[in-house]
Amino acid sequence: MKGVLVYIEADGDRVAPISFELLMAARRLAEQLGGPVEALVASADPEPLAEQLGAADTVVAVTSPALAGYIPEAHQEVLVDAIRLRQPAVVLVGYTSAGIDLAAGAATAVQLPVVAYCISLRAEGNEVVADSLLYGGKLVATTRTQLPAVFSVVAGAFPEAARQPGGAGERIDMSTPSALGQLRTRLVGISSAGGTVDITKAERIVSVGRGIGGPDNIEAARELAAALGAELAASRPVVDSGWLPRERQVGKSGMTVKPKLYLAVGISGAPEHLEGMRGAGLVIAVNTDPRAPIFQAAGYGTTCDLCDLLPALSARLRESG
Amino acid sequence: MHIAVILKQVPDLVEDVEVDASGIDIDRDRVAWKLSEFDDHALEQAVLLKEGGGVEVTALALDAAGVDQLLYSALARGADRAQKVPTPDRRTDAPRAAAALAPVLRGMGVDLVLTGVQAADDLNGQLGPILATTLGWPHVSVVSGVQLAGAAAQVQQEYSGGRMATLEITLPAVLGVQAAARPPRYVPISRLRQVTASAQIVSAPLAAEAAPLSTAVSCLAASEQGSRAHMLEGEPEEIAEQIVDVLRERGFVGARG
Repeated sequence: MKGVLVYIEADGDRVAPISFELLMAARRLAEQLGGPVEALVASADPEPLAEQLGAADTVVAVTSPALAGYIPEAHQEVLVDAIRLRQPAVVLVGYTSAGIDLAAGAATAVQLPVVAYCISLRAEGNEVVADSLLYGGKLVATTRTQLPAVFSVVAGAFPEAARQPGGAGERIDMSTPSALGQLRTRLVGISSAGGTVDITKAERIVSVGRGIGGPDNIEAARELAAALGAELAASRPVVDSGWLPRERQVGKSGMTVKPKLYLAVGISGAPEHLEGMRGAGLVIAVNTDPRAPIFQAAGYGTTCDLCDLLPALSARLRESG
Repeated sequence: MHIAVILKQVPDLVEDVEVDASGIDIDRDRVAWKLSEFDDHALEQAVLLKEGGGVEVTALALDAAGVDQLLYSALARGADRAQKVPTPDRRTDAPRAAAALAPVLRGMGVDLVLTGVQAADDLNGQLGPILATTLGWPHVSVVSGVQLAGAAAQVQQEYSGGRMATLEITLPAVLGVQAAARPPRYVPISRLRQVTASAQIVSAPLAAEAAPLSTAVSCLAASEQGSRAHMLEGEPEEIAEQIVDVLRERGFVGARG
């Protein structure tokens, strides 16, 4: 048992940003634990990805046409195989859609513990002390886990490792797991949310969350957005409730936005939401709960009731023209 | 077609969640408990599939405080049967939940298991993948649409950036539901009263398998003391004026006059 194995996520031919963050976390752990940082690349064509992974000591590659698109079952088989073969002390997986599939599933298959929602990791002897965000980001749980173990890491918790082209020092090609020939899951197709708006290009966003209460107050938010020349966006609960279309969703399973101004109205600031807007410039948050995590991500905040504030703010903006 | 939907109560995060005197758990008596919102969507998706015809739905929940009320409301929403499942030590983390639920699900001859993609307290990973791997079944999480197609299901899986994949998965399988195809329905209290008076909740025998490893919390604390934001105080009109001043200062609205 040695080193840190990182499951690499791809966005087409590019290594996803979360993977560079994991490589940074892995390097810090490997310095404490000893052993190499190994990057697992599961793909129909690993070469373009492997070339971007100079931040790892070793690229562990699995090549198969069955890995051409992301199929949870296929990638879990590869990760399980890699853990058995490489015997790492620590396995790092991003807390992404794929990470939700893979971290807990692979850990269960190889009978290792899994700790989810990690925002910090440090080695102490043969244990890793991890901080995890629970209860929508309101509480931090600290755990000590005997290694080997699997950790799923929240995006934005670590800086990205430097992007060193030229590939890692060592390359290991694993054989293809036989299970890839008998998959019970098939990729039918991929689509984009598509629609008439693209909030990812908006310079100003008024974003509403669960605290908006219902469709009536969304009208007040829409008026505020109009007064500000902003696009209207939402956090996941609002979209899941059918109050706004999915193309306006900001967060882990929605859009990643980088506006100059982000006015968060009735948004608590769960880690999944913050992931989608952490590149925003000026953030102003309106939430009646003074302990809402959104205030940690905001420059200005108020606990004023949004029902009172939104019309007052719209009126004042119209006066200011 | 037999669909099982697995439900769980979690603290209502709209309210404060406090740490108890032990320093490693929440103050369970002082939180308001509610059905986990993702489980709410899983239940709705199961009932929507039932309404498509030829589907029976069984709601399952671990035997914990409030479980009867939780299951009665699932029956009122449209589940055909409800069953509570005991755990050896009444602990309900995802690995223990999977160990308790797996033998029950095997015994029921279930084709499809739906549960919430995550719960606000599942430190030890998400139930869906753990349960599926324990059962040896395929799984997909972050699902926002399910269509049945014979011995398979087509599901939509969401990724960041608004991309969505359609996957076809051979049953039996486990799905971690993010959002049902339609928002969860409201059930009138009269319907709930009627179900509570007439329906029966079955209790499964204790038959937990050895649980996958789980990790214990050594410290639980508020995520950060105080806020980074500069807080604006006053009446709504005054706060609106302060916000406009900030926006003017940063060039988002024109200079006065």
